[in-house]
Parts: sequence; C-alpha cells; structure tokens
Amino acid sequence: MMLLLLLLLPVVAAVGAYFTTHDGARRTVLVMSAAAHATMVTATWAVTPAPLLGGWVRLDALGQLFLSVTSALFLLVAIHSVGYLQRESRGARRDSEEALWFANAPEATFTTCLLLFLAAMTLVTVSHRFGLLWLAIEMTTLASAPLIYFHRHHRSLEATWKYLLVCSVGIALALLGNFFLAVAASNHGGEPIPLVLNDLIERAAELHVPWLKAAFLLLMVGYGTKMGLAPLHTWLPDAHSEAPSVVSALLSGALLNCAFLGVLRIQQVCEAAGQGAFGRDVFVDFGLLSMAVAAVFIVGQPDYKRMLAYSSVEHMGLLSLGVGLGGVAAFGAMLHAVNHSLTKAMLFLIAGNILAAYRTKSTRDVRGVLRVLPMSGVLWVTGFLAITGSPPFGPFLSELTILRGALDQDRSVVAFLYLTFLAVIFVGMATAVLRMAQGTPATEATNAPGGEPVSAIVPSAVLAAIVLVLGLYIPGPLRDALAAAARTLG
Amino acid sequence: MSVWVDTALVLLALTSLLLVASSRLTRCIRIVAFQGSILGVLTLLVHHDELVLRTLMLAAAIVALKGAAFPWLLSRVLQDADVRREVEPLVGYISSLLIGTLMLAVSFWLSARLPLPRPAVSSLVVPIALFTTLIGLFVIVTRRTALTQVLAYLVLENGIYVFGVGLVQGTPMLVELGVLLDVFVAVFVMGIAIFHINREFDHIDTEQLTLLKDWAE
Repeated sequence: MMLLLLLLLPVVAAVGAYFTTHDGARRTVLVMSAAAHATMVTATWAVTPAPLLGGWVRLDALGQLFLSVTSALFLLVAIHSVGYLQRESRGARRDSEEALWFANAPEATFTTCLLLFLAAMTLVTVSHRFGLLWLAIEMTTLASAPLIYFHRHHRSLEATWKYLLVCSVGIALALLGNFFLAVAASNHGGEPIPLVLNDLIERAAELHVPWLKAAFLLLMVGYGTKMGLAPLHTWLPDAHSEAPSVVSALLSGALLNCAFLGVLRIQQVCEAAGQGAFGRDVFVDFGLLSMAVAAVFIVGQPDYKRMLAYSSVEHMGLLSLGVGLGGVAAFGAMLHAVNHSLTKAMLFLIAGNILAAYRTKSTRDVRGVLRVLPMSGVLWVTGFLAITGSPPFGPFLSELTILRGALDQDRSVVAFLYLTFLAVIFVGMATAVLRMAQGTPATEATNAPGGEPVSAIVPSAVLAAIVLVLGLYIPGPLRDALAAAARTLG
Repeated sequence: MSVWVDTALVLLALTSLLLVASSRLTRCIRIVAFQGSILGVLTLLVHHDELVLRTLMLAAAIVALKGAAFPWLLSRVLQDADVRREVEPLVGYISSLLIGTLMLAVSFWLSARLPLPRPAVSSLVVPIALFTTLIGLFVIVTRRTALTQVLAYLVLENGIYVFGVGLVQGTPMLVELGVLLDVFVAVFVMGIAIFHINREFDHIDTEQLTLLKDWAE
C-alpha cells in the first residue's frame, strides 16, 4: 500500500500541476508533494512496506538506499526551484552566449515533467522485475528530456536531441539484454524462471551461462550509457551543462544512480550464478576508463558546468570500480553513491547561483565569487573540497574505503591508476574553482539583484552539512543498509 | 506454418535492406511502416496455435502503432520541415547496401555460434533479429537527418522485438504493452524535438548540431 502511494503521489501531483494555472499554487503543489514523498520514504526506514504485484515491486536495502537519496534530493531541489522559477524572467530575452532571443518552456510543463521524473525514478528503485525496471529507466529519459529543453534555445535543443537519441539507443540495447536474460532463464525445456530478481537469485544455478554473460554485457552497455560510463558518456556533458541547474542537480544526483541500480541488479544475478568475477572485471575496466576520460576533459575545461558534468563521469567510474573490486570496496561504492549524489547536487545548485549572477558559464570570465556572492562562494569552495575527496567530508571516507579494497586485494596497478586520476582531477578542478572564487570581479559582472535569496542557499547548505556529517559519522541504520546492499554484490 | 514465419522474417530483412538504399524520406517512412505491419503479422503467426485475445490485442496494437500512428506522426513532421531527401549520408547508398549484405552474413555466422537452450520458432529468428538490430544501429550512425535517425531507431527496436517474439515465451502482457507504450512516447517526444529543431535551425541535419563541444576551435 505504501509503495503504491509512493508511486501514485508524484503522478497525481503532476496531473494537478499541469492543470493549475496559478504559479504560486503550482509551486506549492511541487514542494508539498516532494515533502510528502520524502516523509513516506522516511517512514519506510521504520516499517518495511509490503511488496506489490506478487513481488514485482518490492523495496530492498539497495532500492531503499537509492530511493532515499532521490527523495531527499528532490525535496531540496524543489525548494531551490521555487526561488529559481520566481527569478526566471518571463517572455523573450537575450541569450548570453549567442545573443539570440529565446523564451522558457511553460512553467506548468516544467513542473509536471519534474514530478513525472520523480515518479519514474521511484519506480526504478522499487522494480524487481527486469522488464519493469527497463520500462522505468526508459521513462526517466522521456520525463527528463523536456526538462533539459527548458530554456528554449539552440544549445539546449541540441543537448536534448543527443540525450534522447543516445540514451534511447542505449536503452534499446538493454531491452535486447532483457530478452537474452529471458533466454538464459528459459531452463532447457522445463518451467521458465520468472524474471524477478529474487527468483533469479534463488534458482541462479539453473541459468544458461553463455546467454547470461551476453545479457550482462548488453545491460551493462545499455544502462551504462544512461549512467555516463566512458566511452558511452557522450550525451552527459551536453545535457548537464545546458539543462537548468536544478535539473542538472537531479540528473547528476538522482538519475545516474538509477541507471547504476540497473547494472547492479544484473550483477546481483551474475554473482548468484557464480559468474560474479566475470562481471566485476567489466566493472573495473569501465570504471578506470571513465576516470581517465574525465581526468583528460576536466583539466583546462573552459565551462564550469561541463567541468561538473565530467566530474560526474569520474564518480560514476569510481562507483563502477568499487563494485568491480568487491568486498570492502563495494561497501565504499555504496557509500560513495550517497556522498556523490549529495555533493554534486549541491555543486550544481551553486553553479546555478553563479550563472544567474554572472550570466556566463565560462570559467575564465567568473572572478571573485567569494566577494559578489559570499554564501554561494563559501559553499562552492566547500563543495569542491568535498567532491575531490578532501577530509573531513563524506567522499573522502568512501574514496578511502575503495582504495583500501584495492590494496587489500594487492591490485597495486589499479590503486596506482586510481590515485593518479584523483590527483589529476583535484589539480584540474582546483585551478578552475579557486580562480573563480578569488580575485576581483569585473565591475559589470556584479549585478546580483537582491543579493542571495534564502531559497537559493538553504538547500545547498543543508546538503553541505549532510556531506560533512557523513564524513565524520555514519548513522547505524544507514551503515546496516549499506552493508546489506554491498553483501548482495559479493 | 513455419513457412509463413520464415517468409515474414525474410520480408523483414528485405525491408531493412531497402531502407538502407533509399534516399527519399517519404519512401523511408513507408518502408518502416510496412516493416511494422509485418511485425504485427509475425506476432500472430508465431502464436497461431494459441490465438487468444491477448495475442490478437498485441498484434493489433503493433500494427496500429508501428504501421499507422508512427508513420502518420513522422509524415506530419516531414510536412513542416523543408526536406524531402536525406542529405549526403556519411556512407553512400551503394556502399551501405554492400555493408548491409555483409552484416547479414555476420548475423548468420554469429547466430550459428550462439547455441539456444530451447529451439526457436524458426532458425531464422536469431540471425534476422540480429541483422535488423545491426541495420538500425548502422543507419543511426551514418545518416544525418534527424527524421531518418528516428526511423532507424524504430528499425532497431523492431529487430529487438523479433528476438523477443521468436524466442521468449511467457512475457507478461503488462511488460509487452509497456514496452510498446514506451516506444510510442519515445517516438512522440523525438517527433516534437525534430519539430523544434526544424524551427530553430531551419533544417533537420544533425551534422550541423555542433555547438556543444569541449574546446573552442
């Protein structure tokens, strides 16, 4: 019942928002439904909700972890976007990069898609049937595409098109992977195994191994495209840099995790079928490649939102590497998924504040953020320190755990590459972020109307606080959930 | 009955090859519409011994969507756009046809190496499904018009569907219809995107969508 409510609430709210003509009322609907969603998700930590549809929809430790992060982020982003939508000027205005005129998409469409996006992501986290999981992940693409095209100009349209096409093709391959899995589960003429996670894990010994391996590879490529693993990440920097910052925060903090959950589900099946080592090697390769590609593109990156996007590619690589190493590192990867989501969402929200004040995404043209926007400036530098794995923030702890996993297994080459990429990315991001934070602003750039509104600061500050706390202390229930999630991954 | 299944599968492969060699966009739309209708018929042929309501509904839904709704939607988009032909494909039509034939050979070779746990409806299912999927991918990569890319995405999806209908038994109705619905919404959203691309850029040539890159030249 609880799960049904969780899934229906955003859909009902989305329909409501679409037909609400009053802006204030619509924004209230957005925040209230986000708050209700978050409250219900919090309740699932106390009472485990009953499964639906004969076990197709079920909340396990892994799903609960990702659902909680998604719901919490959505609430904070909803609060931030109320202020954002108020400040967005109406009607046509001049684009700061190409000097052409453009307008925004209608706010009702934006809010509706935002809520549908939440519904789709909720479905991803609770789907235990592979076909349903596929449907949900495809739905996240379709619900988020109009969000990227909120500012209706050339560049966002180009980004939306690439996002739609690249992710749709990727997800089509994942569908083929699902069919391969069905063949693997067809059980040599006996009663086929239903494609439900628990059944597959229970009867994993009966799976046909070559088809399972092929299914794993297709699902890895398919969902990996959506997750932004190199070399399948081509859509990611464009979509993240052109979408409004509130959307970028959700894409990076919640959507990428959902795709990650997709590949974790098939790895759970591989693990149960005794093919865990095969899957883990693929995870390690994708992980290291993603970190390498991110390192190359972060150094000297002239656009700060693209820099954050490539940093997401890096962190998806880190998660993949952690799962690939297994054991302690898998625990680290789960923890890092939480840390990365919170930190990156905060950085994108702050990037939005900077973009609103300076009207440029060029790292070179932004100077003196600490003076012009003192609060945002402090959070910007804090976020940078956290995301690059500096103590005492959460990512430091999780990155250290992944490193320990590599060293425990005597994989010194992996550990060496891992540390090298992290160091290069630290230097690359430091150069850009610190340059932007310090210095004297150009006189014309200081047009921050009305200073820094509370709604633009509070969500990011809350995120920063959580990331700091997670670096010092992990609450018991969270630790148990992380451990339970990591255990199923070997 | 398996003769008819084989015929449908061969027709499917031929339409894919025809698409690769066609440059006029209205013709491409018609080819893909025809392919979609074959898919509906194939669904009926495969399940002919248990012709229940559910199979009939599924087949009807496929023909209605892939044979009628998508072509209609894409024709509407085409009417607004000022394009009639594919703009210089990255690989020429004759070479595309040759590569297509090569892909057919590769698909047969590959499927011979994938032992099936239980026999399929027809031995052609796996090679033709792989071939159609590969053709879809190939056309997406080598054609520049956004519209052709959507058509190729549909062909890719068709190939995957052939695989599903020919090999996988007992897919729940909910999932099957869900997949159809998702494809429908995907094509719908893509159609809207093309409409906007046409209005903003005055063309639907995706090669010219090159504003976003990492380093300025």
